[in-house]
Amino acid sequence: MSSKAEILNRIKLNQPDLVADLPDLSLLGSEQFDVLETYKTVLKGIGGDPVEVADYNEIINYIKSNYNLEKRLITTLPELSEIASLDWKTVDPHSLQNVELTVIKAHFGVAENSGLWVTDDILGQRVAPFIAQYLAIVVHKKDILPTMQQAYNRINMEYGFGTFIAGPSKTADIEQSLVLGAHGARGLIVFLLD
Amino acid sequence: MSSEKIIPHSEAATKFNKDVERVNWHDETLWFVRAKRDKSAHQIADWELLRETASKIKNNVLSNIHDYLVEFEANAQRNGIIVHWAADAKEHNEIVHSIMAKHDVKQMVKSKSMLTEECHLNDYLAEKGIEVIDSDLGEYIVQLRKEPPSHIVLPAIHLKKEDVSETFHEHLGTEKGNFNPQYLTESARHSLRNTFLTRKVALTGVNFAVAETGEFVVCTNEGNADMGAHLADVHIACMGFEKLVPKREHLGVFLRLLARSATGQPITTFSSHFKKPRDGQEMHIVIVDNGRSKQLGREDFRNSLKCIRCGACMNTCPVYRRSGGHSYHNAVAGPIGSILAPNLDMSKNADLPFASTLCGSCTNVCPVKIDIHDQLYKWRQVLVKEGHTPTAKTVAMKTMATVLANPTVFNIAGKSGRFVMKNIPGMVNNKMNKWYDQREMPDVPEESFREWYKKNSRESKSKDNE
Repeated sequence: MSSKAEILNRIKLNQPDLVADLPDLSLLGSEQFDVLETYKTVLKGIGGDPVEVADYNEIINYIKSNYNLEKRLITTLPELSEIASLDWKTVDPHSLQNVELTVIKAHFGVAENSGLWVTDDILGQRVAPFIAQYLAIVVHKKDILPTMQQAYNRINMEYGFGTFIAGPSKTADIEQSLVLGAHGARGLIVFLLD
Repeated sequence: MSSEKIIPHSEAATKFNKDVERVNWHDETLWFVRAKRDKSAHQIADWELLRETASKIKNNVLSNIHDYLVEFEANAQRNGIIVHWAADAKEHNEIVHSIMAKHDVKQMVKSKSMLTEECHLNDYLAEKGIEVIDSDLGEYIVQLRKEPPSHIVLPAIHLKKEDVSETFHEHLGTEKGNFNPQYLTESARHSLRNTFLTRKVALTGVNFAVAETGEFVVCTNEGNADMGAHLADVHIACMGFEKLVPKREHLGVFLRLLARSATGQPITTFSSHFKKPRDGQEMHIVIVDNGRSKQLGREDFRNSLKCIRCGACMNTCPVYRRSGGHSYHNAVAGPIGSILAPNLDMSKNADLPFASTLCGSCTNVCPVKIDIHDQLYKWRQVLVKEGHTPTAKTVAMKTMATVLANPTVFNIAGKSGRFVMKNIPGMVNNKMNKWYDQREMPDVPEESFREWYKKNSRESKSKDNE
């Protein structure tokens, strides 16, 4: 007998007879709070920086004054072509190792944990938000949802890979001292767009 | 570790407790993490409802696990993922090795996977000439030191920055005596970045697998699982079969609970959903049993399979905090590990269910409401019945049962006990008597409560008044 058949047989024999019903999830996520304010507070709490902007011009100006444009900046957003390259989506992912800043857009954000949902169709390449030294993500204010409950109701798009990104990469593995920039981005700017 | 002689928990804990300052630090550090968990949980009005919901979802999974596994496999295959089944640790290791061999690759980068610790994958692959580098910073540190992780979420929590500095100086050439965590982390970042860029095969664990969609979720703060997986030609994900959830929407419940319970963070930095391999990549899932189906059949202990590996039960446990993860000689330490380990090997792990005060704090913080302390208590009974407890303890317990069951014997035993403690204390206060370990005994009373009661009860007083 194959291991698969053997494992499944043993499970069938041993799993409890009493079938427990799945609970009602609609009872969850009804907490009331100021969604945008909560989002900003939580993001700051985990080391990210919220920046409210009216349009893409403000984003361009912010990046110009805060990052070295001589270094490699990449984006998936044509609106930012003035400051960042758009031509990297089909290159070998390893060649992105010298990227200073990746700028992408998120489908939506989640106020309770400041997570931003991105999938591979808007990532350019899966490794792009991880391999860059710094990361900036654009999200519309109207697309900030209160909790993960609403978030999963919103995820109906098809994807091969998707991730919630909440703050910069970090570790506290040395004596519980928080250090930003473990392997991924050292900093995360979230541009909250009107 | 499997071939080494196992030191019983109490003995290892005694050794751990010799360095008082370090034990106090260990205790306080973990309690600090527990306090962060409380603060985070109290901010969520729905917290208790979330725990209850998560528990119910997992109960449903346990009773339908056969069908969910079949559904998961079919959906994963439809997504282009290659699915393997491993009955035990040996088969798991062989499968992973066969994938490496097929691609003729000798190096692997691995993100945190307690399952591969449980299966001793690193040792197995090393014997086959394959180099594995653990990329989670904590795991990287303990791997360089040739130690197992001491905590499932905080693998190097038993170490101080001076220890890490020493290790990095030796292996990475960092400045001697530079203890700065920022500096040490940066050095590891540089070294591991090169690893990520050069490895063809990446192995990750799995936090959740979704039957409905065939995808799996990996949570990290460092981004190490993603750095490995998105740069490698081959991604292998290893999971115990209990990692299943029925539907994608259930992830919302578990992701709200996991990081808050673990470290007090609202969510891990990255919660990555892997559904299909990227173009040109090969993706494998290894579904592992290794005793889990047996545990599923133990009615009293099957709830332990609900565990989502947050580590909250360890951070809160007064015994874990003061004995350290290594004293549990099992991949998963602490209260939950002490329920899981005897299922894998009863005689090797018979000491673990006794490494608890049964205070119940573990049960109170568990995000999926596992009755951890009840199960520890139940394991003790199973272990005694099956003859896995030390003879001295069994004899002592039997003697105690006889004494307590017979009032005359109890009376005589009490009297002689008081006499001995008062007049020949050396007979009881010695190394043979475990009750005197780190304990000051109270002064011996002149009379027992029973004698006092006889004199002072209303009945005897009214008799006196007659």
